[in-house]
Formats: sequence, structure tokens, C-alpha cells
Amino acid sequence: MLSIKNLHASIEGTPILRGINLEVKAGEVHAIMGPNGSGKSTLASVLAGREEYEVTEGEVSFKGINLLDLSPEDRAREGVFLAFQYPVEIPGVSSTNFLRTAVNQVREYRGEEALDAVKFLTLMKEKMRLVEIDQKLLSRSLNEGFSGGEKKRNEIFQMAMLAPTLSILDETDSGLDIDALRIVSNGVNQLKTKDNATIVVTHYQRLLDHIVPDFVHVLYNGQIVKSGTKELALELEEKGYDWIKDEVDSKATV
Amino acid sequence: MSTLIKEDILVELLATTGTGFEEVRAAGKQAFQVQGFPTNKSEEYKFTAITKKIEQSIQNFAPAAPFTVTAEEVNANIFEGYAGDVLVFANGHFAPALSSTIEGVEVSLLSEKSSIALGSIAKPEKDPFCALNQSSFEGGIFISVPKKAQIQKPILLLNFFKATAGQVIQPRVWIEAGDFAEVTFINHSVNLSDIPYFVNKVVEVKGGVNTQIRYYKLQNEGKNVIEVSNIETDIQKDARFTSVNISLSGEMVRNNLTLNILGSNSEGNMYGLYLLNGKTHVDNHTNVDHTVPHCESNELYKGVLADNSRGVFNGKIFVRQDAQKTNAFQQNSNILLSDDAVVNTKPQLEIWADDVKCSHGCTTGQLDEEALFYLQARGIGKLQAKGLLLYAFTGEVMDYITDQSFREYCIAQVQDRLGSNL
Ligand SMILES: Nc1ncnc2c1ncn2[C@@H]1O[C@H](COP(=O)(O)OP(=O)(O)OP(=O)(O)O)[C@@H](O)[C@H]1O
Ligand SMILES: [Mg+2]
Repeated sequence: MLSIKNLHASIEGTPILRGINLEVKAGEVHAIMGPNGSGKSTLASVLAGREEYEVTEGEVSFKGINLLDLSPEDRAREGVFLAFQYPVEIPGVSSTNFLRTAVNQVREYRGEEALDAVKFLTLMKEKMRLVEIDQKLLSRSLNEGFSGGEKKRNEIFQMAMLAPTLSILDETDSGLDIDALRIVSNGVNQLKTKDNATIVVTHYQRLLDHIVPDFVHVLYNGQIVKSGTKELALELEEKGYDWIKDEVDSKATV
Repeated sequence: MSTLIKEDILVELLATTGTGFEEVRAAGKQAFQVQGFPTNKSEEYKFTAITKKIEQSIQNFAPAAPFTVTAEEVNANIFEGYAGDVLVFANGHFAPALSSTIEGVEVSLLSEKSSIALGSIAKPEKDPFCALNQSSFEGGIFISVPKKAQIQKPILLLNFFKATAGQVIQPRVWIEAGDFAEVTFINHSVNLSDIPYFVNKVVEVKGGVNTQIRYYKLQNEGKNVIEVSNIETDIQKDARFTSVNISLSGEMVRNNLTLNILGSNSEGNMYGLYLLNGKTHVDNHTNVDHTVPHCESNELYKGVLADNSRGVFNGKIFVRQDAQKTNAFQQNSNILLSDDAVVNTKPQLEIWADDVKCSHGCTTGQLDEEALFYLQARGIGKLQAKGLLLYAFTGEVMDYITDQSFREYCIAQVQDRLGSNL
């Protein structure tokens, strides 16, 4: 489904990603871990199409399409979803209006009929139950004044509404209390099918108790320096990143 | 600057126009001669080179002749679902046959009756264009809302402009609202030709005690318009005046909007929105004069500027020594969509009273790129995402329009513009 080959990207001339290779197949869950500043959010942003990042080398193919050729909106319409690490507050844009526009533009792109107000509300109600999000939140401006946890929950709610093929969750677990973590993870798990895939970026093993990954990767200095199964996450939790850094740095000097 | 234009206009305009109001016109002429056309040294017009613009675009300084508007033209320019009354004007001349008879409101041509004191509210010494209009206005209308009359339906002032040989149009309006009266005006203008014209309009509003007056104005007549508008209002105690001004096009537009609060416990609200593109230049000069205690004024102007457009905002607030316990708020916020768009904004607060609450602020920024990306990342096209964000920024101004059909018309116009790259 997603194939990243030797991806290099920089921002304002500074290289951040230095040769990422990653294969994600339908039905899989991949976890990406790694120390602060290693490039996890950069990778997520590059996949979503953020223009500030310049791809200097490499390829990304998604369902056989060259993803890097597409505008951010077309990537979303093709089924890429990024749950932002820091969702933006947008005063004056109503959550409902925003979502309806988004859902219908995605449907239009896929040649599906636009949802009328009634059908849209029905869909919204259904998905609201899934992530246990309060109607009151959605009657406000998009993310405006939402708490950290509410913003994260709203990201998963949007994900449920848009039913993406590839979801990239950038630290969706950070700032969630234990109940919210369970609700958000449940949401993600219920949305999982054999046809879609999930990449979760996280610092914490506790999320991976709920969303069990098929693969765990460690990103360090703009590269995936180690990959393994869910046991790797446990090891990281116990030992931290230093041993991996040491491994990488000693290799570099050889 | 040019003295030529001054003489040309004076010779042509002052000679051809105006029956009646000899004293009034003479006072206007004198005030104009003292001030002359503004130059680049005139403090009040230093960002708006309107004299130059008039020289460039107007060849024939004669008044545009009156003409006949058709009922179809009137109907085509009334907002969908509009249920209020309509007064039609052609180059400033009232067209009674196409206008409603408004229950409880007196509407007539300007005449020299004692209650009409042209120039007593919009004083000709304060602005050269106000003086020019007073010297040589054509036509003109008198609207009187009697004491205690609550006019529920809005009154649409529908102006048709058509420059013929002459390209100068100088309408004049005198509105009075008796004590406890309530009335809403919507001023909308339509250009019927593609010849450039210069419209120089003066509206004086005399509001009594406890009046509620709303005055909405939409400017969207296209590129060929040079406009100066002086709207000045006096209100007495316990009154409220609300203005909403929306400017969407024009070559060069200058709005002078002045409110004199003459009685305590009154409130003045001025809201404005300008969406500018191409080379459009819009200058809003507002002025609230607090002369008495316990009054409030609220002012919010928002602008979105694209291409090479230029916006000017100057907000004067005077709080006189007697005007204790005044609350005065002013905000001007702008988004620039292009590196070549410019906005000059200047709050000008002059406060002589000591027990007052006044605040002002101005911001000029760009579209929030992170917010734009967020919307795009959800599948919303870039143009529409921009439109959503810009509407989020501007929409609040339209909320102050109470008439639903006019509000919806404005929203549609604004959204149309915001979705189309401006
Ligand atoms: N606009 C920018 N200009 C310069 N450097 C930047 C810019 N944005 C990000 N970076 C740098 O890129 C590197 C990678 O940042 P990124 O946000 O991808 O890290 P991360 O792995 O997501 O970290 P965290 O775990 O803290 O979220 C960091 O060193 C960061 O400082
Ligand atoms: Mg990050």
C-alpha cells in the first residue's frame, strides 16, 4: 500500500530525513518511535504534503500512485489521513461545516454523491459515539479552546468520518488520560480493516498495549535505524534509546 | 497640485447646477474655495490621492444627466426575499414612480423647508468634498421618520448610476428620525454603464432622543467608480446608531463616516469590511465624537487585500472633557494576500476626559498557512480552504446586519469573492 524508498527531505536547506525506507501493507499497524527531534513528525508531514518540506531524493508510492506528485488535498482524497501532533485551532470555522465540506469534497473526488444534511448528521452521530466525543465540542469553532485531549479525540473523530486507507497518528496518545487513551485506541481498532493500514508515532509503550503493532521502527537522525516486532517497543521502554544511538554512532565511525 | 481641475470643475459644475438653496450653496462654494481639492500635503488625504485619480479618469466634469430606470432594472437589483421598501434614484435624482410609498414615513424632494438644515450636520468646512457637494448637489431627497414611528421594514436606497457625457454625480440626502423612532436603511448602488464616473455623496442623519437608526451600505459597482461618501449623524440621548459598510470594488473609494454623540446613554457602532483586489483603493475614515458622559462606541473594520490593492483605515475617536464614563473600542484587522497589497491603518484617539475606558488595536497579517494545510489535509481544496479561512476572518462583520435578505446577499457576494481568489 505504502512504499517509501530512500526518502530525503529538508526544511529551509537543513536535511531532516536522510534516507527513509518503509513498506506498509494493507491490514498492518506500524509503530514509529524515536527520540525527540529525530524526524517523526517531519516524515508524517512529508507524507501528508506539507509544502515547507522539500523532498530532495527518493520516492513514495501509495496504492501504486506517486504520492509526492499530489497536492495535500488530493492525498487526503486518495485516503491518506494525518492525525496532527498539534491540531490547529481555527476560530470562526465551525467544526460541522468544516467536516461536511471535507467529507463531501472527498466523496466528490471519488465519484460519490454528496451527503445531504440529514445523511451527514446521521453519519456524524454514529462516529461521535465511536470516539465518545461530545456534541458540545462540535458546535464550537474547529479546535478552538479545546483541551489537548479534546483535540486529539477530535482528530480520531475526523479520521472516523473520512474513513482513510492509510492513517498516520502523530503522538495522538500524548496528553491523553487513561480513559481517553482507551477510547481513542478503541476507535482506532474499530476502524481497522484488512484493507487499511495505520502508522502510529508514539513515545510510549502504553499505547501499544491497546493498538498492537505488527512492526516497530526506530527513527533516529532522519533514518530508520532499527525495525522489529512489538517486543522492540518493550525493550525501548526498558532501556531507552541510548543503546540504539550508541549502536548507530559506532557504526558510523567504522 | 493642479489648480486646473479646481477651475474646471468650479466653472462647469457650479455654473450648471442647482436650483434653490442659494445660501446653502454659496456657503458650500466658499468652504470649497478655502479648502480646494486635497493635495498630497493634505493630512486627511495623504494616503488617498483622489484628486489625481479624478484628473486621470474624469474628462467631463459636467453632471451626469438624469435618466429613466426601468422596473426590470429595479427588480433585478433587489435582493432575493427582500420584504422591505425601496426608494430608487437615478444619478442621485429620486424616481418616485419606481419607489414604494412607505407607511408612516415622509419622502420628498429636498426643499427649502425650515427643518432641513443642509450643512448643519455635515459641515462643509470639515471636508472639501462635503463642501463641493453642498455647492453643487443635484436632486436630493428628504426622508423623515416621525416621532415614535417604528419602521419595521428596512428602506432600501437603490442608486443607479450612469455616466453620460457628464461624469460627475453628486447626490444629497437628508434623513431625520424623530424621538423614539426606529428605522433601517440599506444603501446599494448599481452602475449601468462602463464610463467612469465620480460620485460625491453627502448624507446627513439627524437622530432624536431614543432613536434606533441602522445604516448599511454595500459598495460593489465595479472598477469604474471613484467615490467619496460623507455620511454624518447626530444622535441625542438614549439613542443607538449602527453602521455596516461593506466595500467590494471600485477604483478609488473614500468613506467619511462621522457620528456625533450629543446626548448621554447613547451607543454608536461602526462595522466595516473591505475585500480588495486588482488596483482597488478603499479608504475608510471614521470619526466618533463623544461629547457627553455615559456613552459607548464600538468599532470593528476588517480587510482582506489581494493583488496591488490598497486599504486605508483612519479611526478618530474624540472623548471630550465632559464625556466621562465613556467606553470606546476600536479594532482594525487586515489580511494581506499579496506582497504588493498595502494597508495604512491609524487609530487616532483624543481623550480629554479622565474617567473613560478606551481601547484600540490594529493587526495586519497573512493567511495562517498552518490552518490552510490542516484544512487541505482533510481533503478540502486549496481555494475553498482559503475561502473558509477568510470567511472565518470576515464573517463576523455580516452578523451585524439585521435584515436577513440583505445579510444573505452580502454573505453570498463575500463568499463568492473569497472562493474566487478574491
Ligand atoms: N521549520 C524548521 N526549521 C528548522 N528546523 C526544523 C523546522 N521544523 C522542524 N525542524 C527540525 O527538524 C527536526 C525533526 O523534527 P520533528 O518534529 O520531525 O521531530 P519529531 O521526531 O517529531 O520529534 P518529537 O518527538 O519531539 O515530536 C528537529 O530537529 C526540528 O528542530
Ligand atoms: Mg513530532
